Amino acid sequence: MVLIRVFEDKCAEMYAKAKIAGFLHLYNGQEAIAVGALAALRPDDDLVTHYRDHGYALARGLDVPAVMAELYGRSGGTTGGRGGSMHIADVSKHFWGGYAIVGGHLPLATGLAYAAVHHKTDRVVLCVMGEGSTNIGTFHATLNWAQLWRLPVIFLVENNQYAMGTALSVHSSVTEIYKKALAYDMCAERADGKDVLAMRDAVARLAERARKGEGPALLEAVTYRFRGHSMADSDVQRPREEVNEQKQRDPITMFLNDVLFKQNLIAQAEVDQIQKDVEAEVEAAAQFADASPEPELNTLYKDIYAQSVENMQVDGSLIRPATVLSRNGKHG
Amino acid sequence: MAEITYREALKRALREELARDPEVVVWGEDIVAYGGGGAYAVTAGLAKEFPGRIRDTPIAEEAIVGVAIGAAMGGVRPVVELMTINFALVAWDQIVNHAAKQHHMFNGTINVPMVMRSPAGFGRTAATHSQNFDAWLASVPGLKVVEPATPYDAKGLLKSAIRDNDPVFFIEHLQLYGTRGEVPDTEYLIPLGVSDRKREGKHLTVVTWGRMLVETMKAAQKLATEGIELDVIDLRTLRPMDLSLAIESVKKTNRAIVVEEGWRSIGLGAEVVASLQEAAFHYLDAPVARVAGLEVPMPYARNLERATVPFADDVIAAVHAMMANQY
Ligand SMILES: Cc1ncc(C[n+]2csc(CCOP(=O)(O)OP(=O)(O)O)c2C)c(N)n1
Repeated sequence: MVLIRVFEDKCAEMYAKAKIAGFLHLYNGQEAIAVGALAALRPDDDLVTHYRDHGYALARGLDVPAVMAELYGRSGGTTGGRGGSMHIADVSKHFWGGYAIVGGHLPLATGLAYAAVHHKTDRVVLCVMGEGSTNIGTFHATLNWAQLWRLPVIFLVENNQYAMGTALSVHSSVTEIYKKALAYDMCAERADGKDVLAMRDAVARLAERARKGEGPALLEAVTYRFRGHSMADSDVQRPREEVNEQKQRDPITMFLNDVLFKQNLIAQAEVDQIQKDVEAEVEAAAQFADASPEPELNTLYKDIYAQSVENMQVDGSLIRPATVLSRNGKHG
Repeated sequence: MAEITYREALKRALREELARDPEVVVWGEDIVAYGGGGAYAVTAGLAKEFPGRIRDTPIAEEAIVGVAIGAAMGGVRPVVELMTINFALVAWDQIVNHAAKQHHMFNGTINVPMVMRSPAGFGRTAATHSQNFDAWLASVPGLKVVEPATPYDAKGLLKSAIRDNDPVFFIEHLQLYGTRGEVPDTEYLIPLGVSDRKREGKHLTVVTWGRMLVETMKAAQKLATEGIELDVIDLRTLRPMDLSLAIESVKKTNRAIVVEEGWRSIGLGAEVVASLQEAAFHYLDAPVARVAGLEVPMPYARNLERATVPFADDVIAAVHAMMANQY
């Protein structure tokens, strides 16, 4: 959790310095969800998330410098600079990507769950989204299907109370999100998304069910984000008192005070050391990212297709009449 | 006459039409609370001026467009904002199968007077957030498609779109919101379906629209210092597409380039080229050329994004190539 917090703060700093561009959605305040959920899963369980994905990438153990380099748009990034912040992925770690179209990844996650069953594995899929994503058609179509086929997928809804700037009660007629799954007869739970152990236990329970073939589940994690929706958000719409009050319940200090210190599991000196180590690790990641070269221009046409066919060059560009072929760029 | 931004011009159009016609309502995601009004601040402050008529919707584009279609059938005039055109894909069925079809399929008895506003374009947001589907939209009978390039056109065209009795897809551009231009303080309308000459020149015709007009005008300025005068035609409306000015221009310059931001194959440029050669083949000294975006999913990396979309220097290179008879 500390790594995620420090990483996100560094991202904010580097966005301000224009090292990172585009949409940058930070995870401050929500760390306990990714950390708790992934602690309950096996490393070969599949993970699919929305665009607020850095926390999941780090909790899944992706290479920290590579994640930072991706945010910088550099060749050393997790996808070589093609995707940026919203599309971190590492298939070797069963992280199938962050996705930026609200609701778009829900069917994909469910299809992965089908593949797991089809191939007779006992893997489960964790599919993460925000509560604002529970109003779109694919949410309902996918929940129904997943339940109908008893597929091993856990829909994890991070209810941070706002979809961009729109408050939950303004965008959803049902404000206890887990209830939406009940319409599909799906197992549904609600947990404190700021309590890392509660998150771990809930996901462990639901994963066990799914692994045994008892079907999908929806888990609502009640939380709050400490920063704006993205770095483009002036965050004028949330009352300051509300934000400040929420910050009083910080998942990191809660775990530290209520669990680790209380049970004498850690000493202050160790806490300080973790903080220092993590800061050094993140600083090194930023330096790696800065030193990583921009992707080569000749990679533009790479990987557009997995297989070439007639009239398509191996690089994916289309074969044009001879007069134009010589200038197969922006003009010709 | 004051210089205002493209964003402000759009807001004034909305404000005037909201004030003029009580049937006009404005719906969309994050258009009220977020940042004071809208992901790109076009609706900022309007909710206070028109209580109850500017409303935040759930993230559900298919329903946003569909509910607006129904409301329009019932006599309301909804203007919906789709946060970016990439999300219009979620609403494609409603746009193509319902909005565009109703009037004809029901024998002219049903009208769908609605506007879908949405920004297209790029800005380091990677492949799923950097697109423009103007060519797809403009291929659909039953839709009208507008893509203004200047604040003046944006205001006059949006007002006409709101008053139009058909579904109008109104494409804005992320890179244009902050651009400035003269806009009269007094009311005016610009008719849909009419192109506009943005610069008079005798050497070469450029047909373009949207953000590429801005790049073309920069190119034209530079080329003028070399003695090359571009005749620049801004299509403004993509469906119906008015090519009368472009054809007349080609008859004068005998050379033409179509400049578009989108993917070249099967793009709008292809339509313009085909129409120009049908109408003015014997006037052409060279095949009509195209400047277009590379046919790749837009990468996030700064250098790759820059290489993917056309800028003024690409227009200049194409003009030089054509003037040197390289085509
Ligand atoms: C189909 C679609 N519509 C709109 C958007 C723009 N958008 C991106 S994130 C977002 C809010 C999502 O809120 P929520 O699901 O609660 O997730 P959170 O960001 O709070 O984690 C919106 C409207 C989008 N990416 N995709």
